[in-house]
Amino acid sequence: MTDVLLKVENLKKHFPIKKGIFAREVGQVKAVDGVSFDVLEGETLGIVGESGCGKSTTGRMLMRLIEPTEGDVTFNGKNLTALSAEEMRQARRDIQMVFQDPYASLNPRHTVAQILEEPLIVHNIGTKAERRDKVMRLLKTVGLSEYHANRYPHQFSGGQRQRIGIARALMTNPKLIIADEPVSALDVSIQAQVLNLMQQLQQELKLTYIFIAHDLGVVRHISDRVGVMYLGKMVELATSESLYEEPLHPYTKALLAAVPVPDPDFVKETTMLQGDIPSPSNPPSGCTFHTRCPFAQAACKEKVPVLQQIKPGHAVACHLYDDTVTMI
Amino acid sequence: MSERKKLLNVKELETTFFTDDGAVVAVDRISFHVHEGEILGIVGESGCGKSVTSLSVMGLVPNPPGKVTHGEILLDDKDLAKLTDKEMRNIRGKDVAMIFQEPMTSLNPLYTIGNQLSEAITLHNKSWSKKQVQARAIEMLKLVGLPRAEELMKDYPHQLSGGMRQRVMIAMALVCDPKVLIADEPTTALDVTIQAQILALMKDLNTRLHTAVMLITHDLGVVAETCERVVVMYAGQIVEQASVRDIFKNPQHPYTQGLIQSVPDMRYKKDSLYSIPGNVPKPGSITTGCRFAPRCAFVHERCTVENPALYKAGQAHEARCFLVEEKAGVVQ
Repeated sequence: MTDVLLKVENLKKHFPIKKGIFAREVGQVKAVDGVSFDVLEGETLGIVGESGCGKSTTGRMLMRLIEPTEGDVTFNGKNLTALSAEEMRQARRDIQMVFQDPYASLNPRHTVAQILEEPLIVHNIGTKAERRDKVMRLLKTVGLSEYHANRYPHQFSGGQRQRIGIARALMTNPKLIIADEPVSALDVSIQAQVLNLMQQLQQELKLTYIFIAHDLGVVRHISDRVGVMYLGKMVELATSESLYEEPLHPYTKALLAAVPVPDPDFVKETTMLQGDIPSPSNPPSGCTFHTRCPFAQAACKEKVPVLQQIKPGHAVACHLYDDTVTMI
Repeated sequence: MSERKKLLNVKELETTFFTDDGAVVAVDRISFHVHEGEILGIVGESGCGKSVTSLSVMGLVPNPPGKVTHGEILLDDKDLAKLTDKEMRNIRGKDVAMIFQEPMTSLNPLYTIGNQLSEAITLHNKSWSKKQVQARAIEMLKLVGLPRAEELMKDYPHQLSGGMRQRVMIAMALVCDPKVLIADEPTTALDVTIQAQILALMKDLNTRLHTAVMLITHDLGVVAETCERVVVMYAGQIVEQASVRDIFKNPQHPYTQGLIQSVPDMRYKKDSLYSIPGNVPKPGSITTGCRFAPRCAFVHERCTVENPALYKAGQAHEARCFLVEEKAGVVQ
């Protein structure tokens, strides 16, 4: 029924490690290593993972703000990775981004009106009066007032700045918004305001979101489906209900168990992960999680598990479920 | 419970910053205490004064522009606020120690872990031999669960991961057996799985060594899991303090209630998240009436003119709200 808006296939980004005066390549950081997923029209896909798992790099590659090393990104039937720079620039009208740091992503020397108008100028949309009109309309949409238009970013609080960031992303009437940790720099009470605003806008404007964050509570709240990343790979992808109620991958289980719950009476199972995340420049062989996995078997060290569907709407990349798949 | 000794007793602490735009009272006459061996949580959003409170206790408020302008900080009946810099230096690290949010920036990148740990030990134990110091440092690294402690002594901070650095910081803070450990957002910069490890370590050390901990955080989940009692701060004042159960199960102040409701809980999905309207006020911007009044859903006339005091809301439970005062009056 719902159409696939964005299709990502085997997306990879390997950053070279260079050494010496001739910048000889001595290795690679496999920031993203073969990620595939679909985003359906009108849904919110959450991507979670710890620092260094490649979730932000994935988000940026979708817009080609970072060029992928390999793989395809198909948006609305068009292969974005094959576009020229100019064609890509035009395609970005339909895909916009909201960044984490509302302090660093707004030009301090521009007024809010200038910041919001810029995407329209870049894409050559409307006359001056029409553009001004749109700026005013969107300011109200995100809960600010018309008199805010002539102020500078430093005159706003963090939450208000994030509202401006969202308004800017909405200026070109995009279909897809990629939000990279949009609320993690905000206080709890302000975070709730921005999350509610994003949900309300999604309903009104029929937007599709890719929501990248490390906060599992926030991601559950806003997402229809959630993908979990670990060391450049997607290890589990499921509907948010299914993922949080019945996580399958040992990493997802450990990640969910690690989140502190705001309830002193809540007793949780203690599956604490030992050790740190391995370096993505020298990832472990086979399943990259086998070094920290309590259920690791011999096969996990050799064979790379693939993301496969275990039950409707729930896919996992783990050898523990190999048998379940063959049974189906 | 009430017979437990108050180890750290802060009375009417006021810390003011003298800026070009006038004096800003960042911490406005707050009183609280830490019992022996307990973990006290101080929660609040940015700018509520929780970090300035901890710096005041440590005597580390940058001066100028900041200064403790009123009140007493009693540690074992000794007033830390009245000590000279030199006297304070003898207390800091020995009786009160602190760990910070950024384990990356609070270690010196140019010295080895062993070097930095030894410095902290020698400072307060001048008579110790090199061997004794070395042995103590290794013992501490083992205590905080770091593997291959001997080799780690020769490593530099950049060779360690974030979680390991925070463990080193904890080892360094505990090296002289302090009575109180102040932890200012100790896990905020860490990933959740590493955060879980560090919190478990802090709880374990608290039960084993009986070090009292003052845990400053904005994360209500962390508070629920680690603390015994909680102090909630807003705009430089304490708005509520109670046991951790009372704070989460029976919050009395509208701010505490709103804060708890605005956290998305991973366990269930709510359709819409409750959110407190408006913004966190700038320190010193509200002077008359209740500081939460502009954002409060239950605001009435009295709130805008009169400043509420802390009213008793139950056993060892206080809240700064007229509604609590009225409720208490009815009961009596």
